Amino acid sequence: MKKFITLLLVSLLALSTLAGCNNGGKKDEPKTIKIGASGPLTGGAAIYGQAVKNGAMLAIAEINAKNGLQLDFKMEDDEADSTKADTAYDVLLDWGMQVSLFTVTSGAGTGVAPRYDEDHIFALTPSGSATTLVYSDTKVYETTFQMCFSDPNQGVGAADYIKDHNLGTKVAIIYKSDCVYSTGIMQKFVARADEIGLEIVFQGAFDDSSATDFTTQLQGAKAAGADLLFLPIYYEPASSILKQASDMGYAPIFFGVDGMDGILTMKGFDTSLAEGVYLLTPFAADATDDLTVHFVTEYQKAYGEIPNQFAADAYDAVYALYKALVAGNVTYDMNAKTIADIMIAQFTTMTFDGVTGTNVTWSANGEVSKAPKAVVITNGVYVNAE
Amino acid sequence: MKKMCEKIFDKKHISRTISYLVVIAGFIIIQLMMNTVGIKSLFRSLLVPTCCYIVAALSLNLVVGVSGELSLGHSGFMSVGAFVGIIISGLLEPYLAINWLRLLIAMFVGGLVAGIVGLFISVPVLKLQGDYLAIVTLAFCQIIKSLLNNIYLGVANNGLHFSFIQNKVVLSNGGRMLLSGPMGATATTRIATFTAGFLLILFSLLIIYNLTYSRFGRTIMAARDNRIAAESVGIHIRNTKMLAFVISAILAGMSGALFGLNYSTLQPAKFDFNLSILILVYVVLGGLGNMTGTIFATIILYVLPELLRGLQDYRILIYSIILILIMLVTNNQNLKEKVETLIMKIKTRFLKKGSAAND
Repeated sequence: MKKFITLLLVSLLALSTLAGCNNGGKKDEPKTIKIGASGPLTGGAAIYGQAVKNGAMLAIAEINAKNGLQLDFKMEDDEADSTKADTAYDVLLDWGMQVSLFTVTSGAGTGVAPRYDEDHIFALTPSGSATTLVYSDTKVYETTFQMCFSDPNQGVGAADYIKDHNLGTKVAIIYKSDCVYSTGIMQKFVARADEIGLEIVFQGAFDDSSATDFTTQLQGAKAAGADLLFLPIYYEPASSILKQASDMGYAPIFFGVDGMDGILTMKGFDTSLAEGVYLLTPFAADATDDLTVHFVTEYQKAYGEIPNQFAADAYDAVYALYKALVAGNVTYDMNAKTIADIMIAQFTTMTFDGVTGTNVTWSANGEVSKAPKAVVITNGVYVNAE
Repeated sequence: MKKMCEKIFDKKHISRTISYLVVIAGFIIIQLMMNTVGIKSLFRSLLVPTCCYIVAALSLNLVVGVSGELSLGHSGFMSVGAFVGIIISGLLEPYLAINWLRLLIAMFVGGLVAGIVGLFISVPVLKLQGDYLAIVTLAFCQIIKSLLNNIYLGVANNGLHFSFIQNKVVLSNGGRMLLSGPMGATATTRIATFTAGFLLILFSLLIIYNLTYSRFGRTIMAARDNRIAAESVGIHIRNTKMLAFVISAILAGMSGALFGLNYSTLQPAKFDFNLSILILVYVVLGGLGNMTGTIFATIILYVLPELLRGLQDYRILIYSIILILIMLVTNNQNLKEKVETLIMKIKTRFLKKGSAAND
């Protein structure tokens, strides 16, 4: 029985750490707007999470230096997993998040989108591109918005681009079957290809457990005579595909979408393999407009590398939030619900110019409207393909 | 009633009483805290999944600890239970507004289907032993994941729509997808509650203890400890183990259903090989056959990575190191003896009456 009492005492002690801190006294006057975010800071998609974090931190540092509205930023790790994102969301709630940068990846965001809607907290995802982040089959999530273009747009955009520029006549696709992002783009791409008469000769799928060996799929594509390989997947498997295709002497044109972004900064990857790879992205670091030049130089100064599209999207997302916060006269002491109403009104009416596009507008269901650009990797950097 | 109480809290099986008391005490304390000081939303969101993992770990302990077979396919049963539960709840939603009843039905059906799947699996699987069995159950877990990754199921006014591999489901207005392949279930109504989780833990303990302390439980353990001797006294090894396996699958299915209904989105990829291993880690740390230990191990190991969030990028690294240390420490004979002698010293000092202390 003594053992039992000891156990009970220990568990009581452990439980005391769970208790919420009820600030009995008067709370300090808030002096910042708290912006929360979650993304993969560890695990397979960590480059995205880190890039978003860097981009957002850079924008926030710039904004705070203006001595106007002050912003506070907290990013939690969700390992790109929807159940972990759920927990990360709760951590952010405990912290007192007023506005959110939502999640970095689509899979994680799909899980928490209904919660943002229920709790009525405004969320703008920099890079979660699935439509399930902004609406489901039965309802539109009022408070969730996207900064990047959505998967259907990417699939359609990629098919159109390939057709219009005669990049290939026989297209093969390798996609990841257990990934929301990959299958979403693949389906739209196939549907659009059907409409515009682009011939798809091979479709190869892989999943998490077979994401290292692609020889079967590559042999299939080669045997089918594909001269263009469409890869609507993240950069990590894409890097293996590029390596294995080069090993077997198969050299079609590779065409990726925004998930391919980040391949040049991947550790241990021979960037010469990525020469000539096309990818669809809203951001090209070599653009010469003032905003992009400023962003790229500042980013390089702070982090020592050329920013990818995720960093750019995050940078834009923070500035878009800032613009709406200022235009809506949001004050520090407002609660998340009040802010959300103001933000929704602002976002559905405002036009935003950033590094990932000009004249960016949002529809009422939260989708962004801006034009995708294609870039081609030449000498280890993105060059506008036009 | 009194007889039942005596049966459950009988002195011969003190570990069983402790298990029940720990769970009930934990539930009461957390409920009290929620209603008085309040707990952080972080921990509130961990309550239901922790309950689910506890049940999954308990049920796996029945197979690994009591029955002595190494199964690596437990997340497969959870997966079956979760998605069946989500489908059932989604189908019943327009007709049955009482959440707890819907949850109960979903858990029941989820457990039942997982049990049936377990029965089918156990026929070929239990012909094998040891490593072979582990590998076959692992393969089974992969099969479940692949199947669920390719199932598209939608519901509309004119009934259920199903397609496989390619999504050919076209729904009329007002229809919604219950499962959409690799994206899994999106937009599930969250109906899981902590109370349901607590009751499920109690239910599993009741089943597992009553099974292990029955004549049947003794045959299972006999089959585990010495297969040949057990066979020689007329125990049908395969049937015995099969029952333990199926009951374990049912409980895992129920925990899966509760887990699935706790999130608005769930992807089949969540229930992969890693999750099976994670549950096995809970069981191993808790002690084979030790149910109270399993409960504590699950709570500690599941909540720990969340407590370490303050460490930012080093979180997973530190968690892994702590896991290694815990395993080393709990498995250290020297340390165990020292702790035991320490406890003995304390006992003799404080209890002058000496060895009257129980345990």
